[in-house]
Amino acid sequence: MTTNGNMKNIYLYARFERLWHWLQTLLIIILLLTGFEVNGAFTLFGFGTAVEVHNFVGLTWLIAFAFFVFWIFTTGEWRQYVPTTRKMLSVVRYYMYGIFRGEAHPVPKRKEAKHNPLQRIVYLILAAILLPVQMVSGFLYWGYNSWSEWGLSWLSLQVVALVHTAGAFAILSFIVVHVYMITTGHTLFAHTRAMITGWEEVADEESVGDWEYKTKAA
Amino acid sequence: MKNTERKHPLLKYIVLLACWMMLMPPIVSAAKSKADQAPGRSMAQQATKSKKLWRTTDHSKHEILQKNFKSGEELTQACISCHSEAEKQFHKTIHWTWLADPSDKEREYGKAGNSLNNFCISTNKTVDTGCLACHPGWGTSKESPVNCLVCHSQKSMNFDEAMTDIQGFLAEGDEESKEMALEIQAELRDAAQDIGLPARKNCGSCHFYGGGGDGVKHGDLDTSLAKPSKTLDVHMGVDGQDFNCTRCHTTTLHNISGRVYTRPAATHRKSLVEDDLTTKITCESCHTAQPHKGGDKMNAHTDKVACQSCHIAEFARVNPTKMSWDWAQSGKLKDGKKYKTKDEFGKYDYMSIKGRMKWAKNVQPEYLWYNGVIKSVTAKDKIDPAGVVQVSRPVGDREDPNSRIYPFKVHRGKQPYDKVNQTLLMPLLSGKLGYWNTLDWNEALTVGQESLGLPFSGEFDFVETTYVFPITHMVAPKDKSLSCTECHSKTDSRLANLKGFYMPGRDGSRLLNYAGWGVVLASLMGVLIHALGRIFSRGNGRNKIDKE
Repeated sequence: MTTNGNMKNIYLYARFERLWHWLQTLLIIILLLTGFEVNGAFTLFGFGTAVEVHNFVGLTWLIAFAFFVFWIFTTGEWRQYVPTTRKMLSVVRYYMYGIFRGEAHPVPKRKEAKHNPLQRIVYLILAAILLPVQMVSGFLYWGYNSWSEWGLSWLSLQVVALVHTAGAFAILSFIVVHVYMITTGHTLFAHTRAMITGWEEVADEESVGDWEYKTKAA
Repeated sequence: MKNTERKHPLLKYIVLLACWMMLMPPIVSAAKSKADQAPGRSMAQQATKSKKLWRTTDHSKHEILQKNFKSGEELTQACISCHSEAEKQFHKTIHWTWLADPSDKEREYGKAGNSLNNFCISTNKTVDTGCLACHPGWGTSKESPVNCLVCHSQKSMNFDEAMTDIQGFLAEGDEESKEMALEIQAELRDAAQDIGLPARKNCGSCHFYGGGGDGVKHGDLDTSLAKPSKTLDVHMGVDGQDFNCTRCHTTTLHNISGRVYTRPAATHRKSLVEDDLTTKITCESCHTAQPHKGGDKMNAHTDKVACQSCHIAEFARVNPTKMSWDWAQSGKLKDGKKYKTKDEFGKYDYMSIKGRMKWAKNVQPEYLWYNGVIKSVTAKDKIDPAGVVQVSRPVGDREDPNSRIYPFKVHRGKQPYDKVNQTLLMPLLSGKLGYWNTLDWNEALTVGQESLGLPFSGEFDFVETTYVFPITHMVAPKDKSLSCTECHSKTDSRLANLKGFYMPGRDGSRLLNYAGWGVVLASLMGVLIHALGRIFSRGNGRNKIDKE
């Protein structure tokens, strides 16, 4: 497998998608910093400020996420998150072996297929499980004083808090890997540039399988 | 490579602006709220706005008070000649009866009953006349008339002593003695003509000295509150609101609001907003249950944390208070004589007649669940001498919706108990047969128990005890209240001893934290190794292959 030398720019990430991505980045960074302070890992803003900021930013994220959900369903982008096993092994093989040999990515990005099989499953778990769990547990944590009014007196703050903490570790760990993975484009900053401008430089069409498109190419 | 047109070069700035705007509201509101007042503060200021009392009488103009009084009885009758119901009312109050509930013949809580503590232990049902100096009658007899002046005269003097002197001089009969008597009578007359609501020094003449000396008992109630600064007590400070005790301890028919043994100071949490005739005994009476600024997390604490817990960070901030008293150490002699030694505060830390005592200043309270009721052991109750006996303890727990975390002074003692009957013992202390004179436990305990009509087997030992005082005075200005991390902290949390609930910042799972940071670290190591692999294998690979 060799790289086709013909690179071309494609518009991969829509304006809203990029706004969403970077807004979420900012919110998550603030949430992690303030959240781990409340957890007792370190002192940065002061406990009281950390709690206030965390609550505000957390609720902001909840609202922003609603817009994301709306967007992903109205645009049909949700199809990019449908998991598949096809080419999964070759992607895994690529990151474990091929990348060191300078091989081309087995599943290059396309407008209609911007996630490789590994990304599909990771982003699905992230967007459909991890982030919602974090938001629900966070919202419950925030609403602790209203639990009896909400009929949730049976809930344990400890369980909610520990789920929320575990989620935070998972997200932090995702960020570590994610930040590293975006340097694996054909240049170190190719993917970062794409998420800022929307334009990604990719190899030409041939290497994309028909099955990967969310709609069949006309 | 053709770089297709960037359609919106301004976009990233718009994104940044949007992020920034989302963060603005809390910053703006924080700045704005400096100008706004917390609602609880505004409420309280309204509730206490008018300080002027309107008086319709001037006691110095009353004919009946122009006399040279010859007895306490005569003076009290003068008061009653106008205030016809006052004495009858007062006779029914605990200030007079020294019984929490005179109809309760079984337990008889109160100084004149079976209650005891771990200080001077008991008044032996007022047989120990040394204690009666604080009983608000003339002289040391409970049958004597009420001394209205103790609480109502704005002049400070020892009324009992003055009356004894007057009567002594009058009995002697000579001109010089009569002169002396007249002098004291004039002083007493002035005191009887200068009448008002009880001031801090009136209440303080007994309550500052609970336990037999300044600051012995309470820790939040001592002579430093006679003329406190605002820093010591934000309400009573003479440089601030200058509240008298009765500003909060409001009164009906001479019944002064406040906790009485097992009976809470207030049975309901309600403010003047909800009930304009409620007492002002609780913080919430004036400040309401949601006193902090809207959206302030502190308002979400008021269901479980008493105001005092955060707003009285330390008690005994000016004068020291007694923290422990070991009666078992008493009775030692130096050169065959009783002796005493002083500590760094100039307070006695050893007295042959009392034992070893510890004093402390700026004390951090202990925090316990409390619903307003204090349960206490009486002289009749069986104890378990195997452990520390809680002579008094707050009632409440986390599951009780009326309980809140409340600050306490816990006084630790070691005091005599009956090894056979398993009860705490009440020795007689003052007087000829009292322990302070004889240093003979057996005799003092025998006489003491007799005075109560309770048995004493003759076999006694000492047991460790605790006694609690809810801390509620010495409320500090708001900038001196506790910061979050005094409690929300893994180390040194003030609430470290309160178990059974999850508290952010204090609690968490060590296992989860180790596992969590482990996963994060593993991810970091993983990508580092991968990155090194990329650097050392073929650079960024692709270019090299392209060249092949």
